[in-house]
This record gives sequence, C-alpha cells and structure tokens, in this order.
Amino acid sequence: MRLRLVGIYGAALVIGTWVAVPLLLIALAAFTPRSMLYAWPRPLWPRAFSLDTMVFFLRSTGVWSSTLNSLVVAVLTIGLAFIIAAPAGYALARYRFRGRDALQLSILIVKMFPATVLSIPLAVAFIQWGLYDTLIGVAIVHTALSIPFVTVIVTSVFVGISYELEEAAMTLGSSRLRAFLRVTLPMAVPGLAAAAIFTFVLSWNEVFAATILTLDHRTLPALIADSVISAGAPLHFRFAGGFFMVMPALIIIFLIRRYLMTLWGVTVR
Amino acid sequence: MAEIALINLRKTYGRVVAVKDVSLDIQDGEFLVLLGPSGCGKTTTLRAIAGLETLDRGRILIGGRDVTQLPPGKRGIAMVFQSYAVFPHMRVYDNIVFGLRMRGMPADEQRRRGEEAAGLLELTDLLDRYPAQLSGGQRQRVAVARAMVMRPDVLLMDEPLSNLDALLRLHMRAELKRLHRELRATTVYVTHDQVEALSLGDRITVMKDGEVVQCDTPARIYDAPATRFVGGFIGNPPMNFVGGRVRAADGGSAVEIGGVAVPVPLPSGAIGGDVVVGIRPEHIEVAASALPGAVPAEVVVLEPAGPNQLLTARVGREPLKVTVASDLALRPGQRVWLKVNPARIRLMDAVTGRAL
Repeated sequence: MRLRLVGIYGAALVIGTWVAVPLLLIALAAFTPRSMLYAWPRPLWPRAFSLDTMVFFLRSTGVWSSTLNSLVVAVLTIGLAFIIAAPAGYALARYRFRGRDALQLSILIVKMFPATVLSIPLAVAFIQWGLYDTLIGVAIVHTALSIPFVTVIVTSVFVGISYELEEAAMTLGSSRLRAFLRVTLPMAVPGLAAAAIFTFVLSWNEVFAATILTLDHRTLPALIADSVISAGAPLHFRFAGGFFMVMPALIIIFLIRRYLMTLWGVTVR
Repeated sequence: MAEIALINLRKTYGRVVAVKDVSLDIQDGEFLVLLGPSGCGKTTTLRAIAGLETLDRGRILIGGRDVTQLPPGKRGIAMVFQSYAVFPHMRVYDNIVFGLRMRGMPADEQRRRGEEAAGLLELTDLLDRYPAQLSGGQRQRVAVARAMVMRPDVLLMDEPLSNLDALLRLHMRAELKRLHRELRATTVYVTHDQVEALSLGDRITVMKDGEVVQCDTPARIYDAPATRFVGGFIGNPPMNFVGGRVRAADGGSAVEIGGVAVPVPLPSGAIGGDVVVGIRPEHIEVAASALPGAVPAEVVVLEPAGPNQLLTARVGREPLKVTVASDLALRPGQRVWLKVNPARIRLMDAVTGRAL
C-alpha cells in the first residue's frame, strides 16, 4: 500500500515536472531583459526581470490583428461545433437507434487521418471553394477537429441528467422541446460551458491547419510559427509569443479542471 | 369521469416482449394496483397509459376518449416516478406549480393551488428550499404534490414508496390512501410489494411475463388465487403447495394428502387426477395427537415471529409452513398432526397450475 502511494506520487511528480519545466522556462525567458537572454553562461534564474520582451512582442506587426483573428476563429468554431455536436451528443445520450454504435465510432474516425496528410488536398479544395485564407475556412477545419471532443463531452453531460426529469415535465404538459429547454438545458449549462471553453482552447492552440490555410489572415499561432520558421524571429520574440499563447489556455484549463475530470469520468463509466 | 380501458396492449423492445397482450378495465375513481415481479411488464403498462411508451399494438381510452396517439401532457394524467424526478434546479414551490405554469394558468391561481397542495402534503415550510436540501421522504411528497396540483383525471404512480425506509413507507402508504379518498382520482399504482398492494388497492392486477394473471379485489386475490403463481407471490409466508390426489369419498369427493383423505367439495369430473393442494399457513391447525382427517407430519423448525410462530413441518418429503400460536412448544423431529381447514383449500391443476 505504502509502496503503491510512493509509486503514484513519484509518477505524478515526474509527469508534472515534464509538463511544468518547459512552461516555467518560457515564462522566465519572457520576462528576462533582452541582453541577458544571449549572455553565456546564462543563470537558470535570471538576475533581473523586465517587461521589454513582452512589450516588444505586443508591438510587433500583426500581433493584435492575428489575436483578433484567433478569437473570431475560436468563436466561429464553438458555434459550428455546437450546432453539429450538441444534437449528436443528445441523441447518443438519450436514444437507442440503429447505427448508434457506428455513429459513435465514426465520430472518432476524424482522428484517424493526420492533418499532415489532409493539408494539401484541403488547401487545394479551399482555394477552389474560395475558402482559402478566410477565417471561416480555418474555423471549419477547427470544427472538424473539435467535434469528437465536443460530442463525447456533451454526451456525458446529458447522460448525467436523468431522462425521467424530461419525462416528468412531459407528463406535466410540456412538449418534448419545452421539456428540454426548461428542465434539461438549464442543468446542462455548466457542462456545456466547459465543453465550449475546451473548444476555445483547442482552436486557440491549433497551429498546423491555420498555417497551411492562411496567408494574410493569420491566426496568432500561425503568425508566430511563420515568424519563427520563415522570418527567423529573434529568440526573445519566440519566448514572449510562446508565453502569450500559453497563458489563456493554461488559465482556462485550470479554472475548468474539475469539470473536465468529472466529464471524462462519466464517459468512462 | 375517467374510467380507463386498455385494449390488447402489446409492447416489445427488439426481441424482448415486455407486454404481451394486456386488456383491462379500470373504473372511475378506482385505486388499481399493478403487482408482479420485476420484468413482468407492469411499469411498461403504466408508462403506456402515461404516453411515455409507443405501443406496438392496442388502444388506450381514458374517459371514453382514445388517447393512444396523444402526447403525455394531453391525456389528463399526472405521474409520480420511482426516482421522484423532482427538478433539482427549481425550488419546491416552482416544482409544484410547474405543470400549472406549462398550462399557462394565471399566477394568483397557481399560488392558491400550489399552496393548497403544499398544505395537503405538509410542505408549506419547505417551499423555498431546493430538492437537494430535502430528505427522501420530503422529495417524495414534492413529487406527489406536483402531480396532485394538476387535479388529474388519472394519477399514475410507479413504485413511489420503494426508495423510502420501512417506517416512512408505512406512514406514506396511509397518506396515499387518505389522499386518494379525498381526491378520488382514478389511480393506477405499480408495485412489487404485495403488502402495499393488499393494503392500498380497490383491486389488484397480478402480472407475469407481460400478461395479466388475475385481476380482482385484494380479498379474492388472497383467498382465491387464480394460479399457483399468484398464491405463491402473495402472502407472507406464501401459500403452501403439496401434491395430492382427488378421489371419491362417502358423500362426495376428497383429496388425499400424505395418505389421509380430506373431504373437499368438488365437481365430479375432477375425480381421479393428480392435483396441487394450495393452503395458506394460517389455515392449518396443529395437534399433538392423531385426529380423524389430520395429516401426520414431522416438525423441522420453529421460528418465533412476534405475535405468532412460524412452523416448518414435513409431510412425507414436502415442506409445509404453518403459523401457530406463540405459546405452542414443539421440538424438532416431533410428530404432529395437521388439521387443514377444508373450506380454505385451493386445488390446482398439477400441470398448468390453474385453479380448478
């Protein structure tokens, strides 16, 4: 028993360190004065802190407009993903229908094809359809990527709300739709909000499709990746950009962590 | 007027037949209990009346109106669920008047009826609470109030007491009986608890494997079970069944149990066949010495049960339960004579289990 605990905490410590150390190093570097970043040998803990690097990053060309682009894409993605995945999740949770298992499986099939394989045909198709270099185009791809997660989470949210409550509302004179709107939906809102936030993080962080499919209307991760790869952006720009990117996701996941745990827990059960 | 007619109901789930072919007539104002073991189709039948199940076949009439195709809210019914299904995100008051709101009733009328129902079920002090702050019994009363406030023609209850502890169940059982007497709504009540069924029902419908086995008053169900199944399902301890043989005796017919002929009035055609003799434990008397017409038996075990004792005896190889006075002293292995009350014997076909 004792040994087991040591094992669990040991593993948790290793994994935690593995995740946290890069984040910590990026954060430290983002607040280190520019000159000190290039000093050699560089101390692990910087001797001085400054906001220069962050200010430089935030004043760089395209940062604010691409941040706005990222927000627009994320909001569009949330909207599209919910239009498709929320009814699917509800149906999977409530009804036993022919092809139910096949549907559940096919939702995961999206995850089978690596984005790398799909990217060139997708770019060609998007150029033909006039979706290339548009925010809605990126949002459509992000929607495809997030549908499996949203469906799974929404399913578990609705599984957790007894169908008898809806039935009770129906025996009391509500229609099926009204029973859903008055009884099930209010109880599902926190879980659905968690799913929406999760989708936001997914879209906000997605870099590959955004890079391939945009040119002038870059999202933030695409802009940073582009500056780093093709323009060879300086080291401090990279650190500041990385820090700026990671913070919203980190804060949001921290806030809804308990929710995500229970959601996945319900799904596993 | 809200008499209910169920006509040839059938419901299957894939290959599983939940309700095979059920027809029932329920009187206006009657308290009808659907009783049976789990999986007998009683809950499915109730949900079909509520409109929560679509039937494969059959029709349902409430007050002479065909409601088979109507949604639950348009049938003039209200239902109390086993899980209570109290809305957790609404206060007790909002739960109670939910149905009135759905109907678009004016707010002052809602309040009047809501408070009346709350008073009837002793919920007046709890109206501002959320269900999570209530005990199981209180939640159950909210569910009943929510159904009652609708003044339904038909009240449907699906094992409403099964999640309560024993003492509370006893209390609520009496409450439900009182409420039914005051409100006189036609009530259909599903339970697997025979004591509940006997104490609440004007009539009891015993179901098994998706079919009605017997539908009669509690007294008739208890005294004259239609089949061996009904006799064995109702009564605690249940009816005894021993093998017997019908033969002619001087001045009529008799059934032979353990080698002793017990005179039983029977139609003459039944003579000469093997039967099952059904007899309730309280209709057997125990004697310490041989009596004419008494069946010899051996004491196996004697269990005190408060007001009386439960004797397990053996006639030949067959065990038999007898309720005896609490002061009767018997030793295991002792020989006794069982005097069966002939008027209380229920003979059944040895093969089909049907009462003769």
